[in-house]
Amino acid sequence: MDYALIWAALIAIAVFAYVALDGFDLGMGILFPWIREERYRDRMVNSVAPVWDGNETWLVLGGGGLLAVFPLAYSVLMPALYMPVIAMLLGLIFRGVAFEFRFKSKANKHWWDRAFMLGSMVAALSQGIMLGAMLQGIAVTDRAYAGGWFDWLSPFTLFAGIAVCVGYALLGATWLVMKTDGPLQARAYNYGRNSAILLILAIAGVSIYLVSSFENVAERWLSWPGSAGLWLVPFALAVIGGGLLNSLTKQQEGRPYLWALGVFLIAFIGFAVSIFPYLIPFQITLWEAAAPDNSLAFLLVGAVILLPIIFAYTGYTYWVFRGKVKEDSGYHD
Amino acid sequence: MFESWFSQADAVLLARFQFAFTIAFHIIFPAFTIGLASYLAVLEGLFLKTRNPVYQKLYRYWLKIFAVAFGMGVVSGIVMSYQFGTNWSVFSDKAGPVIGPLMGYEVLTAFFLEAGFLGVMLFGMNKVGERLHYFATLMVAVGTAISAFWILSVNSWMQTPAGFTMNEQGQYVVTSWLEAIFNPSFPYRLAHMLLAAYLTTAFVVGAVGAWHLLKDKSSQAARKMFSMAMWMALIVAPLQVFVGDLHGLNTQEHQPAKVAAMEGHFKSEAQAPLYLFGLPNEETAEVDYAIKIPGLASLILKHDIDATVTGLDAFPRDEWPPVPIVFWSFRIMVGIGVLMVLIGLWSGYLRLRNQLYESRTIHRAALLMGPLGFVAVIAGWIVTEVGRQPWVIYGLLRTSDAASPIDAVGVGASLIAFIVVYFLVFGAGTVYIIRKMAGRPEHTDIPEYARVPMAAERLYHEED
Ligand code: HDD
Ligand code: HEM
Ligand code: HEM
Repeated sequence: MDYALIWAALIAIAVFAYVALDGFDLGMGILFPWIREERYRDRMVNSVAPVWDGNETWLVLGGGGLLAVFPLAYSVLMPALYMPVIAMLLGLIFRGVAFEFRFKSKANKHWWDRAFMLGSMVAALSQGIMLGAMLQGIAVTDRAYAGGWFDWLSPFTLFAGIAVCVGYALLGATWLVMKTDGPLQARAYNYGRNSAILLILAIAGVSIYLVSSFENVAERWLSWPGSAGLWLVPFALAVIGGGLLNSLTKQQEGRPYLWALGVFLIAFIGFAVSIFPYLIPFQITLWEAAAPDNSLAFLLVGAVILLPIIFAYTGYTYWVFRGKVKEDSGYHD
Repeated sequence: MFESWFSQADAVLLARFQFAFTIAFHIIFPAFTIGLASYLAVLEGLFLKTRNPVYQKLYRYWLKIFAVAFGMGVVSGIVMSYQFGTNWSVFSDKAGPVIGPLMGYEVLTAFFLEAGFLGVMLFGMNKVGERLHYFATLMVAVGTAISAFWILSVNSWMQTPAGFTMNEQGQYVVTSWLEAIFNPSFPYRLAHMLLAAYLTTAFVVGAVGAWHLLKDKSSQAARKMFSMAMWMALIVAPLQVFVGDLHGLNTQEHQPAKVAAMEGHFKSEAQAPLYLFGLPNEETAEVDYAIKIPGLASLILKHDIDATVTGLDAFPRDEWPPVPIVFWSFRIMVGIGVLMVLIGLWSGYLRLRNQLYESRTIHRAALLMGPLGFVAVIAGWIVTEVGRQPWVIYGLLRTSDAASPIDAVGVGASLIAFIVVYFLVFGAGTVYIIRKMAGRPEHTDIPEYARVPMAAERLYHEED
């Protein structure tokens, strides 16, 4: 059995689950500058408070899983992306504690609001920069990172970072559409539409730039079977993007979030095609990075048994907290 | 590759400092949440069994404190799981095939479980029935213990590696997962750490109980807390000393240089003395200003007063751990352990004489001892981790060979960022927790366990 390939697929699923779930709760923070009313902010935070920890656990699985199954990739990527990784961690600290702290201190609530907002933005921006830096390629010699401190920084990676922020804002807005009603929901439709348009433009921009400027990536898209994707991806993006905008305009509460996930899925597949079969683009393939088979097999047993159970009880939690998050008028004294 | 005015040695030192700083902060929260999750499960169980409302009040009271501490534990933990890669990439590449899957199991069996049921535990009281809610509390408590299981297995493997060989890329590859997981020091370390978490929490609960008793002797909730905590001190503290002794004997077998540093034994000798106090001097290989009891170390470590105890002279000088740090941290931990046993005995005596809620002296003492569990936990880990130096994987990989190929400037800058952020954020969290603790448990109001749908924010809208 090709354990390395199975694990690459599982890690990809974990990362996608992370983006789909933590994306909308990071999106709450990214939307904060546009939603300044305290009661709305409370409602936004409360809509994700019972689930944010579970959402973030997918990030731990992504990082921990990489160490377990692709230790070489982990030990090259982390030093290469040192600064964005640290920035992401610091951002996650601020926003993670803000969930509890903003209700614990009336006097400092506005500070923790800022911590939540900036923490979410920095985390999203850093994640986008990391993706961009991977697409750009990473220098390796002798099983170790061989680039400089600032290799991750370029106009392209910054642009990718902003694109991820916009994407998470879209997920956040479509989540709010599901979880709220009244004027807040009406605004969420609006933010959803704006961020959807920006995101689709950003994806198009990133794709064109990638194929025209990075030989390694272009190679993959211009030769078979990538060349089929070259036509398929824009087509799929147009269809799904259209569906997204349409459902936002028609105010179909539950649908926009799913359409938004569709857009992410396309971008995600595009990313995978751009670097496959490399884990460290364009230096180390997933087979070269993989841990010995017995480590892969040992953890695979656990993953196969436990992931369905995890999906089940995570689903249960979402079900317990289903429905609209009410505004509690008794709060403002 | 990275140009720098600093040497690689500086970078390694800073990386060590960064790891020590972030893990020492992290361990404070799990030490508290492992204990508190179990305490909450006990409280809710007692409530469902006896229907005595005081248990329910206490449950709600401590639940809010738990929520804050847990949040801080999670975010400081996420930092840890990336730190192996950022600062210790050579270690990650070599040891990843062994420790990675163990930590992977930690995520799959523990972190998801805790996080999944935490929402129901904190916000679900009026959304699910009471049995389901109790189930959620239990799952969170079990999750924290499973988490300790895996991470301590990882750490113990680094202390006493077993069940592996090396492949041609220089990576450690497991030959027996059972031997690797249940490596020789693991059972002792797990038992000792879990008891440490329960004791630490018991002393915090006891201090809060004592504080409220000092203000109002008649408070039922305060009496309950104090009494429960003192039972723990009476029973678990002696157990911890016993387990600690076993742990030490195990270490004596596998890492004799660490024990020699703990004891301040520079020379191997028969009838080795036990140093109560003194200043270990690495230059002269003597313990200056020593207060010692002749023969006692031989008796404790070998159970024979005439036996010869191995000293640091049996090891090459470059394999000594930093002696004074290990020596002193060990005394701090053991000293606190002894204090805990004493207060437990004292409380037992007062209880027999029906004075437990009357004696202000013991309440004051318990108040002062509130934070000492944390001090003991950190001191204990310093003994463990500094005592295994210069190795990161004992006898196999030196710490200085394990670091990432990055230079000191970046490690130093990120270290400063961590220090500033941690003191700011976790300082604020500690203030909020202490403020909650100062609030009277009687003033906690209880939402009914009900099926009426209510907003998740209910929990937050009480007092504050
Ligand atoms: C409330 C906390 C607490 C208390 C009261 C004690 N310990 Fe402890 N000790 C720990 C909390 C701890 C710890 C934080 O949990 C450590 C660090 C690593 C570990 O396994 O446990 C530890 C490590 C540790 C080690 C190092 C083992 C190694 O690294 O190989 C020894 C020998 C002892 N302990 C022995 C004792 C003795 C003899 C105690 C009683 C007098 C004692 N401890 C009280
Ligand atoms: C949780 C409580 C812990 C504390 C307070 C603690 C403390 C420390 C300290 C003080 C050091 C620095 C030692 C030195 O450089 O002289 C260190 C190093 C280290 N510890 Fe721990 N440790 C803890 C748990 C763990 C665990 C659970 C692991 C593994 C899973 C671990 C792995 C390491 C590693 C990899 C290093 C870096 C290499 C080294 O300097 O030895 N530690 N720790
Ligand atoms: C270097 C070592 C360690 C790493 C990499 C690590 C990693 C983590 C991570 C990623 C989390 C957050 C999980 C979530 O998202 O819910 C976490 C939380 C936790 N860790 Fe650690 N940890 C380490 C050391 C320890 C130690 C020594 C213990 C205790 C013996 C411990 C016990 C816990 C517990 C109980 C939690 C959940 C409760 C809480 O957050 O307070 N960890 N850890």
